[in-house]
Amino acid sequence: MRSWKFGDDIDTDAIIPGRFLTINDPKELAKHAFEGTRDAFAREVTAGDVVVGGRNFGCGSSREHAPLALVGAGVRVVIARSFARIFFRNAVNVGLLPVVCENADQIPDDARVIVNTKKHEIKVDGKKFPIEPVPAFMQGIIDAGGLVAYAKNTKEVPACTKSRR
Amino acid sequence: MGQTIVEKIFSKNCGRDVQAGEVVMTPVDGAMIHDITGPLAIQKFYEMGGKTVFDPERIIMLFDHQVPADSIEAAQNQAGMRKFAAEQQIHNYDINEGVCHQVVLEKGRAAPGEIVVGADSHTCMYGATGAFATGIGSTDMGFVLKFGALYFKVPETIRAEVTGKFSDRVGAKDLILAIAADIGADGATYQAIEFCGKTIEKMKMPGRMTCCNMAIEMGAKAGIVAPDTITWNYMKKKRKMSRFELFSDEDATFSERRTYDVSRLEPQVAVPHNVDQGVPVGKVAGIHVDQVFIGSCTNGRFEDLAEAAEVLGKKSFAPDVRVIVIPASRDEYIKVLQAGLIEQFVRAGALVEAPCCGPCMGGAFGLIGPGEVSLSTSNRNFKGRQGSTEGKVYLCSPATAAASAITGEITDPREVLR
Repeated sequence: MRSWKFGDDIDTDAIIPGRFLTINDPKELAKHAFEGTRDAFAREVTAGDVVVGGRNFGCGSSREHAPLALVGAGVRVVIARSFARIFFRNAVNVGLLPVVCENADQIPDDARVIVNTKKHEIKVDGKKFPIEPVPAFMQGIIDAGGLVAYAKNTKEVPACTKSRR
Repeated sequence: MGQTIVEKIFSKNCGRDVQAGEVVMTPVDGAMIHDITGPLAIQKFYEMGGKTVFDPERIIMLFDHQVPADSIEAAQNQAGMRKFAAEQQIHNYDINEGVCHQVVLEKGRAAPGEIVVGADSHTCMYGATGAFATGIGSTDMGFVLKFGALYFKVPETIRAEVTGKFSDRVGAKDLILAIAADIGADGATYQAIEFCGKTIEKMKMPGRMTCCNMAIEMGAKAGIVAPDTITWNYMKKKRKMSRFELFSDEDATFSERRTYDVSRLEPQVAVPHNVDQGVPVGKVAGIHVDQVFIGSCTNGRFEDLAEAAEVLGKKSFAPDVRVIVIPASRDEYIKVLQAGLIEQFVRAGALVEAPCCGPCMGGAFGLIGPGEVSLSTSNRNFKGRQGSTEGKVYLCSPATAAASAITGEITDPREVLR
């Protein structure tokens, strides 16, 4: 599956511009993914393609529309040197796997990328690079089938039940 | 071993002592959703099997990004949220009150020692009250609506100690742009930033809000100021609660300590296309601006608009500049109105809009075209944030924005004659 290479500090406005945030359907959002930043993406992306960024991928707004737009485009994995916190969590929550790879800068555009989360490595045009394991508590949510599935099967968690007023 | 203010807040809500780095399921004290992230959060709530929200008293809803509705889709999203609010008996401020973060604070929905989440990244602004507040996505918010709790990794804290007296026409926005340039766009990822020191102790609530608001621009999970007399005086009018002490222990472990002296700080401008690209205004002075936006959750309070008005005086805005002024909330709008500032802005050539996110939303109105330059008191200058990806957004203080709107080019506010 081919890689789509982007640089450092790719913000969520670049992934999905503000004017499309009335859309909540992933497939419709996908039509505008990276619009104005890299128009070819929405036209040419195919299911299974991998998005690659540098440092601080997904910085900015908390809009879940950003990972959803990628999911709608058939992207299942984003590889970056580092991720912004909210994007990382949102990605896991909507079934997009954020993969931290120190060598993400060495992944070229249009490379063939295979991700192996069990071996903690990726293969880029045959060349292997190590990836970081997902933090344990996030892995728990992934294993449960995502936060929605986890929540469905959870009856109660400790909450502030005392009413405020 | 001592605790940071953030560790203390998490310990209180967890009912046991916790340390930075621990992953905890923590009850939250409040939650906020708005017109952009709300529809998805509600959808997730139902997908999670949610029937009634954990506590309607602890949730607020309001619309600020696309108000009044700018499209049929926006109207539909808002209608769906109204229905949810009515069914769940959640307080819905609808389109009437202003920008979410300003309204949360005005209504006393965040207070010292509380954990508050909002489905918007600038939720970190509530840290100005000494709350731990952070932005979350819609799925996490769906979980919060159902359970009133959420997973958190208790963050480490960067302590930013600020000293010195601001020179004339330099203030909180210039400080936070300088701090962002120093820490970098991802320098505080997963961490909280505690603002402290003599300068912060003297700073009023609006300035503290500006600083905490932009903690996210360094990747931070939260910005926070230890509550003091200024905080408690502010809270007095909002909530019935007794004062208590909350601060980081001297022997607490901080991931980093940074110090800033503002006595020689110059007005700052963040140049395209990242917030951490702050430079002294002199380096970019003379750049032509097509649009100036004075407003947003970062700088749309009375004090911000009053500062802009003071720079403006009896002058007019440059005829080739579109000046958009938006008070952050209805309360702030009334203050600005009663002080006569709206007439002053309108006479000078500005458009004064009703409280909302305005051009910072990059969708509702006030967009810039290819090749155009926007100078803005908001919080983000990403490519395309205010319209065309071929446009440019510069960030600055209300004083610099007003000075530049008068001349039509980026201008040092200290050079505008009184």
